[in-house]
Amino acid sequence: MGKPVELREEIFRSTEAAVELLGYEKPFKAQVEIRGKITRDVIEEISRIKKEPEWMTRLRLKSLEFFYKLPMPKWVKGIEAIDLEELVFYVKPEVERVKDWDDLPPELREYYDRLGLPEIEKKLLAGLTTVFESETIYAKVKKHLEEKGVIVMPIEEAVIKYPDLVKRYFLRVFPFTEHKFAALHGALWSGGVFVYVPPGVKVREPIESFFLIGRSAEGQFEHSLIVADEGAEVTWIEGCSAPRLSRFSFHDGMVEAYAHRNAFVKIVTIQNWSRDVINFNNKRGIAEDNARVDWVEGSIGSKMTYVYPSTILKGDYSSTRNTVIQLAKGPVLKDTGSKAIHVGRMTKSKIINKSVSVDGGVNTYRGIIRVVKGAKYAMSNVECEAMIFDEKSQAFTYPHNQVDEPTATVSHEARTGRLSEAQLFYLQSRGIEEDEAKSLIVLGFLDEIMVELPFEYVNVLAKVIQLEFKKLGGYG
Amino acid sequence: MGLEVENLTVRVRDKLVLKKVSLRVDYGAIHVVMGPNGSGKSSLAYAIMGREGYEVVEGDIRLDGESLLGLETHERALKGIYLGMQDPPAVPGVRLSTLIIAAINKRRGVEELTKISDPRVVKSMQKIASEIGLATELLQREVNMGFSGGERKRGELLQAMILEPKVAILDEPDSGLDIDGIRKVASYIDSLRSRGRAVMLITHYARLLQFVKPDVVTVLIDGEVVARGGPELAFEVEELGYEAVRRKYKGS
Repeated sequence: MGKPVELREEIFRSTEAAVELLGYEKPFKAQVEIRGKITRDVIEEISRIKKEPEWMTRLRLKSLEFFYKLPMPKWVKGIEAIDLEELVFYVKPEVERVKDWDDLPPELREYYDRLGLPEIEKKLLAGLTTVFESETIYAKVKKHLEEKGVIVMPIEEAVIKYPDLVKRYFLRVFPFTEHKFAALHGALWSGGVFVYVPPGVKVREPIESFFLIGRSAEGQFEHSLIVADEGAEVTWIEGCSAPRLSRFSFHDGMVEAYAHRNAFVKIVTIQNWSRDVINFNNKRGIAEDNARVDWVEGSIGSKMTYVYPSTILKGDYSSTRNTVIQLAKGPVLKDTGSKAIHVGRMTKSKIINKSVSVDGGVNTYRGIIRVVKGAKYAMSNVECEAMIFDEKSQAFTYPHNQVDEPTATVSHEARTGRLSEAQLFYLQSRGIEEDEAKSLIVLGFLDEIMVELPFEYVNVLAKVIQLEFKKLGGYG
Repeated sequence: MGLEVENLTVRVRDKLVLKKVSLRVDYGAIHVVMGPNGSGKSSLAYAIMGREGYEVVEGDIRLDGESLLGLETHERALKGIYLGMQDPPAVPGVRLSTLIIAAINKRRGVEELTKISDPRVVKSMQKIASEIGLATELLQREVNMGFSGGERKRGELLQAMILEPKVAILDEPDSGLDIDGIRKVASYIDSLRSRGRAVMLITHYARLLQFVKPDVVTVLIDGEVVARGGPELAFEVEELGYEAVRRKYKGS
């Protein structure tokens, strides 16, 4: 297949923030590596390594069955660039999980330092876990949260310690039967975090998990489960990145969120994979009576991204706000879309999607608003704004509404703008370089998510965008 | 020293928009360029800024004796040339305050463009905005998005005032402004001159010249310099019209 090779060459010719920050892949020793055909034996072995209870092993095997049964989804393009059987789909790095950055091997520690994580954690976070390859290597929660009964721990640990709690949600918010890659995820999941906030507890500072893929031809299948019990509140931030890899890696993660009555869960993703990662992320939340689930996504990196954050508005008066800002720069495809399923009465959804297509990048918005009969007076508003920087780049919008309730109000606005020579000249005439001018416009687009982020992240994101548009320098 | 345009011929696509134009804008002087619509006034400004598509066929543009021809637009700006546009475009995504902060950071060598490296900058932009009658909340809006004509002009003036250029090229800075606004523009232009800056003022009408007295007036018609003189030339244009001025100085 010639195509992926050509694509890779093009990728190498452009700058990107992830690589500017993390450099090139440096192999790190693995304790266990599993690759090849994904069979029952393989799944059982992963389960054994993780010392899982039987119910989880069964869940994995059931998922595997579906993976083989389900057809390739029609909306997936370009997945042929990777051969699933060639991937190393489980990598246990040779490192003990630590609670102190100083205990990490220096080469790993360096990655996190470059991303500024230890600094941000100190200043801001209530808890942090990091997944490297397939396992959590760092986990720490501030004491006052533990005292209130807040659980933040690697999901493997939660499966063993709190099986009854985990079982209620795990692959139930997002059933593995939905599509082929959800099933694959269910069979192979590894790494991720379990966050549980007990009734009435409001966690003020965000909790973060960071996912790093450190090698090529790897599959990362982390699973995160964020639960806010009645009246609880929590913000969870996930960050993702990778250095320049020599071959494509595959990310097929999942986030399940559950907001019980009157609870509020906010999930923030800052996705900055290198252009060597094919990114599939399955995200779904359920909101009970008067609860709210918000999704915020800044989608900067990756080669291809398929992400559709969805909320099922199950309870009366439940609501969701879903903000996705995506950048497709270079030979990159971003296929995203938000979904809201209105089941309860007086439910509300607000969806904002903004995209910037540059240097041949393609953005697609594919959203669904579904209002079932009986979801009386449901309200939904979708706003899509696309900015196209040049002739080579494209943006598409495919909104889909299915409204079976006559009292519902569903509206959609879409705008597409092109960056004109006059705009560029104007900014340049102020002393700003072309590349900087473009990054300013992209940063402006990101405003909408900047206001949702703590200050520290705003600076990180601003830096990332500037690196994206930096003139080709030492790399490439 | 200052800005020198020598024998400049410029082509846009297949049309010559400037033909052998020469002029000098000295420090501490106001040079007015007048001409009817389509005479090449704005093209001259764009050529000086190095806008894409304005191809210099012949001649030179120099700042303090140094040719600008090899430089990109942003480099010319950083050398101290400012162009206040006649009809500045709206730029979605970029707030006016962000643009100003970025422009200042570039001049000061601050790498993070949008970082507020000096809180005085924010203070001074607010102060100047209210002085020139620009509502300070517009600073937080996207550049020129939904701005009225007068607001756009005030925005151009604001940036000029903050960026402190060596050479200010102001393309019809008075159009769309009320009399109050025109006075503000005129007093700014005067202050530039008294502080030893060079001003190239492009205008169609002599209206603004009631408030600010030029040192040199150049009349441009069909891309050619047809007359040059002192302040009285502007009044002559006003009285006789461009056609008569051309006949008088160039013959028919």
